[in-house]
Amino acid sequence: MTGRLGAMVTWVRSWLRPFWDTLRRPSVHLSFGFLTLGGFMAGIIFWGGFNTAMEATNTEAFCTGCHEMGSNVLPELRTTIHYSNRSGVRATCSDCHVPHKWTHKMARKMQASKEVYAAIFRTVDTREEFLDRRLELAKHEWARLKANDSLECRNCHQFDSMDLTRQSPRAGKIHQRFLGTGLNTCIDCHKGIAHQLPRMAGIPQG
Amino acid sequence: MRFATPLLTAALLVGCGPKHAETPHRAPSAPVTVSNAGQQIDAIRRGVPIDQEATPPPMARVENFDQPRARNYEKQPPTIPHSIDNYQLTVNTNRCMLCHTPSNAAKFEAPPVSSAHFLTRDGKVLEQISSRRYFCVQCHVVQTDAPQLVDNGFRRAEGLQ
Repeated sequence: MTGRLGAMVTWVRSWLRPFWDTLRRPSVHLSFGFLTLGGFMAGIIFWGGFNTAMEATNTEAFCTGCHEMGSNVLPELRTTIHYSNRSGVRATCSDCHVPHKWTHKMARKMQASKEVYAAIFRTVDTREEFLDRRLELAKHEWARLKANDSLECRNCHQFDSMDLTRQSPRAGKIHQRFLGTGLNTCIDCHKGIAHQLPRMAGIPQG
Repeated sequence: MRFATPLLTAALLVGCGPKHAETPHRAPSAPVTVSNAGQQIDAIRRGVPIDQEATPPPMARVENFDQPRARNYEKQPPTIPHSIDNYQLTVNTNRCMLCHTPSNAAKFEAPPVSSAHFLTRDGKVLEQISSRRYFCVQCHVVQTDAPQLVDNGFRRAEGLQ
């Protein structure tokens, strides 16, 4: 390596060198046990703290803290069966929109940095802007649920646990014919189960 | 004896059967007849004098049996035999037509909308449902099991008896 590139590399290395030398040096004053056990416990504290913070970003209060969620999407959810129903089981934002498995959850959280950007730079500031984007945002979610076979729905609703005799006659028949046979997945027919639908012209439902 | 506790537990579990099963469907009860019907200020009070507080009756349930009901006169818009809670019928989407459109009706075993719903005011036939008939619930309603408020002698039209 010669010339400008070589000079830059040497400059970077001169900054990193002291840190690298410190890391490579064996411990002088702290015992081996202290370092390993202390490191172990610090790792536990870090991991717990990391996941606590991650779960805090999954709460309804956090999600609806931004006005575009709290004033557009949350009031729509409140009228639906996923918010208030006979048995009192409530689904909040993360139950449907955040995957439960750790790896998928992390992937979604990294994707969510786009939403943080939008919140900071006020991409969706007014009701009109929200309505303009509603179809596009809905399509993202439908595609995601279609791709993972309505995984978030199935976290709570499993076909094998359904007592079809306790559903209405129509529902039992359709679930048996389309869900039980694997022809369709939940989101194919139950679009709009939790929020109001955007303009649905040309979008297949069921 | 050794088996007292397990036996008692088993007996308890068997006894606690499906106690809180779904409330069975109540048949519509007889009409509420009131003696001084002519002197009431508001019939909804069901005869309770104004100076007393009325106990509201239990909320009526929407009938959800999917059995088509008989019509009472020719061209009556058939009543809806299933629950339509949270079905979105807006300018963006028409949930009713998902099942009742002629192309989907066989798949969902739903009665298709009649061809009269595809006509404009001038009688022209359209490809999709006419805007005059878009909002189904203006004419089609669900039925509940509420008792009749007044006794009446309504009879079905003669041809449909």
